[in-house]
Amino acid sequence: MSLFNVMQISSTGMQAENVRLNTTASNIANANTVSSSYNDTYRARQPVFATELQRAIDGQTLGAGVEVKGIVESDAPLQVEYAPHNPMADENGYIYKPNVNVVEEMANMMSASKAYETNVQVADTTKRIFRRVLQLGQGQ
Amino acid sequence: MAINLDRLVGFHHTAVQLRTDRMEVIAGNLANANTPGYKAQDIDFNIAMDRALKDQRSPSSASGGLVKTHENHMSGGTRTASSFDLKYRVPEQPDTGDGNTVEVQAERNRFLDTGMRYQASVEFLNGKIKGMKKALSSSGGQ
Repeated sequence: MSLFNVMQISSTGMQAENVRLNTTASNIANANTVSSSYNDTYRARQPVFATELQRAIDGQTLGAGVEVKGIVESDAPLQVEYAPHNPMADENGYIYKPNVNVVEEMANMMSASKAYETNVQVADTTKRIFRRVLQLGQGQ
Repeated sequence: MAINLDRLVGFHHTAVQLRTDRMEVIAGNLANANTPGYKAQDIDFNIAMDRALKDQRSPSSASGGLVKTHENHMSGGTRTASSFDLKYRVPEQPDTGDGNTVEVQAERNRFLDTGMRYQASVEFLNGKIKGMKKALSSSGGQ
């Protein structure tokens, strides 16, 4: 039944967008986490999306879903701030702030939630159609 | 006159299958709306339908009736649309920066449009089945 395939594809979309929302939430929550060493500082995380090609190649589905290949940490430079009175300051009086760009994350969040919504709509339409098919030939 | 159920529902059956295939492809486009480098695809319904009907008329050449002469031959599936019917969409906006050509609003509209046409086909099928039930029932349609 290929209507199940539609459901399956939109669920991969929801899963991927969910991961993206998760990383965004984590980034925003940790936007102000300071630390006292360069290496221990939180770095912005971003998921990497890729088309789920294997199942499409195997001929199970015509359309292809999406999968999260992995999560990469941004290698943008951290913000180093001179704050000798901060309890987290190192011996030279510096604190390290994450390289999270909050404005970017907000835009990311909006995009992810819109995309999630679209996938939900696809699943919902498919469900309604499916119900109609199940009622085929019933009643007078 | 022999009752041919295949002829009764044949056309709409093929149409429904093609619509499902198209919905699958568009759902894939929407799921990959944020995948870098993904190119939106679609099925040309007219071409696919023509081919499916031709296959129906001469079943020997249909993809479902492939003759296997070697164990490594791939079995032809029963799906109506094949990967040959898939075409890449020409985007309105040539470059979005990451090589993705999915236009979410347009795809959403296409998905809903295909869904509606699917429901229309199902409605036609329903009518055919009801008519057949009426013809078959002894009490004249009670």
